[in-house]
Amino acid sequence: MELQLDDSVLVKNYIQGDEKSLEILINRHNQRISSFIYSKVLNQSITEDIFQDTFIKVIRTLRKGSYSEEGKFLPWVLRIAHNLVIDHFRKNRRLPKFECNENFNIFSVIGDGKLNAEKQLIKDQIDFDIQLLIEQLPDDQKEVISMRMYKDMSFKEISENTGVSINTALGRMRYALINLRKLIETHNIVLTNY
Amino acid sequence: MEKIYSEQQNACRLAKVCPETVKFLLNYSRSLYITKYDYISFEGNLN
Repeated sequence: MELQLDDSVLVKNYIQGDEKSLEILINRHNQRISSFIYSKVLNQSITEDIFQDTFIKVIRTLRKGSYSEEGKFLPWVLRIAHNLVIDHFRKNRRLPKFECNENFNIFSVIGDGKLNAEKQLIKDQIDFDIQLLIEQLPDDQKEVISMRMYKDMSFKEISENTGVSINTALGRMRYALINLRKLIETHNIVLTNY
Repeated sequence: MEKIYSEQQNACRLAKVCPETVKFLLNYSRSLYITKYDYISFEGNLN
């Protein structure tokens, strides 16, 4: 007949450094504690997570010497598990979960703000075409458009850098845009929106 | 009556965590060390 040590003895042995006692305790109460958690959360993966967190707390408390043995090891562990189940539901209420199904995928209506590979290619092509068009502009207009659009400078900064008045800089920008549109129309260039 | 009681049949299932979870806990326990200094206990994990 197999000698079954009492929980309190195993707990005592574990605190004194016998890791095997912990293994016996976990295996002895595995089904009881797991079934208790599962009955609340109805999900095997969440059960595993909560079981794990429960025993992490148990291990830390025992090793710190904060556990007072009153012959109630299992009720104590179940209380920890119960509190963690409550924490789980509280957390889920704060962070509403959306589950996709066959008919609807949430990622078809929301994105991460990044372009997909196809749109990125189109954007790169448009950027390249625009750069070629800008090269065709007179130097003064090219300079203003480059400072404004690529270097993100204000018209005040452009006027200071180029030694012209703000109005002249604005005028050059205006003519640059007009000329760009003319070039696009003349060469029948299609800049597709992405 | 049968309908009412069988509505949450799943809840009565006997569950058991997988051996990997048990193994993780045993390894965690082995790696955990606690140092006490002036009523403060410091926790650490050895690899």
